[in-house]
Amino acid sequence: MTETDFWIEGEPVVDKAAPDGPIETRWERRKFAAKLVNPANRRKLTVIVVGTGLAGGSAAATLAEQGYRVKSYCYQDSPRRAHSIAAQGGINAAKNYRNDGDSVYRLFYDTVKGGDFRARESNVYRLAQESVNIIDQAVAQGVPFAREYGGLLDNRSFGGTQVSRTFYARGQTGQQLLLGAYQALERQIGLGNVEMNARHEMLELIIVDGKARGIVVRDMVTGEITTELADAVVLASGGYGNVFFLSTNAKGCNVTASWRAHRKGALFANPCYTQIHPTCIPESGSHQSKLTLMSESLRNDGRVWVPKAQKDTRRAADIPEDERDYYLERIYPSFGNLVPRDIASRAAKNVCDEGRGVGPGGLGVYLDFADAISRLGRKAVEAKYGNLFEMYQRITGEDPYETPMRIYPAVHYTMGGLWVDYDLQSTIPGLFVVGEANFSDHGANRLGASALMQGLADGYFVLPNTINNYLAAGPFPKVTEADEAVAEARKQVEDRIEKFLSIDGDRTVDSFHRELGHIMWEYCGMERTEEGLTKAIGLIRALKEEFWARVKVPGKGEELNQNLEKAGRVADFIELGELMCIDALHRRESCGGHFRAESQTPDGEAMRHDDEFGYAAAWEYFGADGRPTLHKEDLVFEYVHPSTRSYK
Amino acid sequence: MDIKVRVWRQSDSNDRGRMVAYDVKDISPDASFLEMIDVLNEKLILDGDDPIAFDHDCREGICGACSMVINGVAHGPEKATTTCQLHMRHFSDGDVIDVEPWRAAAFPVIKDLVVDRTAFDKIIQAGGYISAPTGTAPDAHAAPVPKKDADAAFEAATCIGCGACVAACPNGSSMLFTAAKITHLGLVPQGQPERDSRVVDMLQAQDDAGFGGCTNMGECAEVCPKGIPLSLIGRLNSDYRKAIAKS
Repeated sequence: MTETDFWIEGEPVVDKAAPDGPIETRWERRKFAAKLVNPANRRKLTVIVVGTGLAGGSAAATLAEQGYRVKSYCYQDSPRRAHSIAAQGGINAAKNYRNDGDSVYRLFYDTVKGGDFRARESNVYRLAQESVNIIDQAVAQGVPFAREYGGLLDNRSFGGTQVSRTFYARGQTGQQLLLGAYQALERQIGLGNVEMNARHEMLELIIVDGKARGIVVRDMVTGEITTELADAVVLASGGYGNVFFLSTNAKGCNVTASWRAHRKGALFANPCYTQIHPTCIPESGSHQSKLTLMSESLRNDGRVWVPKAQKDTRRAADIPEDERDYYLERIYPSFGNLVPRDIASRAAKNVCDEGRGVGPGGLGVYLDFADAISRLGRKAVEAKYGNLFEMYQRITGEDPYETPMRIYPAVHYTMGGLWVDYDLQSTIPGLFVVGEANFSDHGANRLGASALMQGLADGYFVLPNTINNYLAAGPFPKVTEADEAVAEARKQVEDRIEKFLSIDGDRTVDSFHRELGHIMWEYCGMERTEEGLTKAIGLIRALKEEFWARVKVPGKGEELNQNLEKAGRVADFIELGELMCIDALHRRESCGGHFRAESQTPDGEAMRHDDEFGYAAAWEYFGADGRPTLHKEDLVFEYVHPSTRSYK
Repeated sequence: MDIKVRVWRQSDSNDRGRMVAYDVKDISPDASFLEMIDVLNEKLILDGDDPIAFDHDCREGICGACSMVINGVAHGPEKATTTCQLHMRHFSDGDVIDVEPWRAAAFPVIKDLVVDRTAFDKIIQAGGYISAPTGTAPDAHAAPVPKKDADAAFEAATCIGCGACVAACPNGSSMLFTAAKITHLGLVPQGQPERDSRVVDMLQAQDDAGFGGCTNMGECAEVCPKGIPLSLIGRLNSDYRKAIAKS
């Protein structure tokens, strides 16, 4: 047990729901062992689902189909707008329709390896098994996947794999899958099985007798605060990439639902594992409010390069072939432009650090389609990527058919999240966490086209099978608004809103958010050091103090007040940012999306330390002395033995 | 560049509302339209004024949240472009730009530029789906779909549900939105069993939600950020006639 200035180590955390035995049958056996709820009893049980993205939308629809009473919440004006809608590239599934050697085992293997051996084998195997059912389900719902002339489904390949297993709907796969889940959800709403509450934000978790029994929500139109009670609560509230202010997440994405649960006792695992996506459109100025991703699928046909010379200001077209450095193809000849995201991102940072970056500020690299256009023809390139090219042109004013795209890494996805067991239950009984909000399946790095897979596997197939085991013990004793725990949770929310409105300082919420983002990007971004992280923790603590003294939130609580909404989210992001830095500081190794400069090979590749850090770090909320407690979950690899990831 | 914006301000659904003018100085042509409003809002907050409320989320043209009528055109002057993807380089120094909310009987204003579009969800609830409960699906390759149909279904399914079509329609009709969903689901084999009931029920829901009738003005397709074509409304009408004839 260690104790430092920044954290305390506590007892290990154990996944009691984890099955053992042969990995191929673990999920079947877990499902068989789980207790069931008689169909007649299901309608007596209420489940709250927070979030309506791929995980939350599919979970709410499926639970309602099973006969549970479901109450669904989202901050957007319609469940169809959840940020899953923006996922572009595709969804992996081990269908092996290409007959190219794919299998459930290979998808499992690729995902564990891609996650840099920091994910649970049992969870990943289950994910690979369910992947095939997702495609069937989506097709049955009418999701218009890309097809070949024979009418069968088309596939493409993605980073970190050598088979073609990614199903897609042009560059809008997330949109089409989400609309499938949304339509299933709307059907259940129409049937009266789901009570939908759009423009409602969860601001607190209600725990009664140690069990999650409800949430406190704010009606974002009227400002009314209500307590919503249930037999179980499911968080499907997404990731926390917006802690960086600039990210590819939607503006409203936030950590508040997860963080409120964390403050009430749910462990938060691996917060430092952040995915920086290599192919985003670079920043254009200080007004920048978000970053836009260009699908990784572009790397199938685009070639990444920078000039060989530093500070080369010639136009791309004027730089001859032999003065270009196709650095991914040079350094990683077997995977080339299709290396996993973390590797592609860091390589881009390295060439820019060397002074060979292109575009404003030298923060960009080229993604060039000239070869693809001459090989396949402009029409074929347009058919594959047309909408992405249009989007690029709309944002930058440049035509990627004529001049190469400029790209730069940006925060895209967070692998960390609330700790869950094999049943997707957090350390608070009755609180389940699905999709990006949990930490479960991607380890330290997520492979492309796996987020959609995980969200839908959790929502359609995993949670609806595991939550029964918990609900079988219900209905639980009736809880009312008069209960002390309920009234107290409500008061916490009201007091906090009151506090935000009363500070009346001289800085806007966004100014704090931007400052936090700068700190996180500088010290807890693509490369982290002990010195930088220690500094960042000090800066964030000072920022927190300043926030609570100087923030200015206009307006009232009893109205649509977008700055009040943001204030709550930014206050939680500040606390999360500190925990992310502490997690990154404690993990003195490089793995996946976490690169510690002190832990690299002589040629600059990430170096893991499996003996010391082969665990998931699950953190308990800052105790009385302000230090979080670390609970380790040992990761055991029985099938895929940890090796150095090499994509060379 | 320096511009002036005249923005619709309405404190809540009971307020009558009015246009209010603001100067916005030193805006980069590379800023998006919403980033320009962000900059203005930061100033309003520090000046002690109420910032402008507006819907937005993904800011990449796919979630369908953003919804501004700019100089009288839903989503502004650029074709096939949502408000969030409109950039200031399409305006000139000194321009005066009018910004208003979607205006339609079925989309009441909540505050400033924010409107209530739950009427769209109601239309989907009435039949904009294929009934396929989780776990009941056959193998995805059980029913091949001709590429032509799959591609056409996809094109229709790209509708983002923003409501620009309704805002642009003189009748406040949602026919293009409904037609896009009817077309998407009507083109795939899985959508056939419910095809007749779907079109009848969705049109009924559309009327019940207070949307106006379609008189083929075509304004909807003009402003659609996803380029959903007007011809889909013909397809909807054809499906509707067939369904009614069968009943």
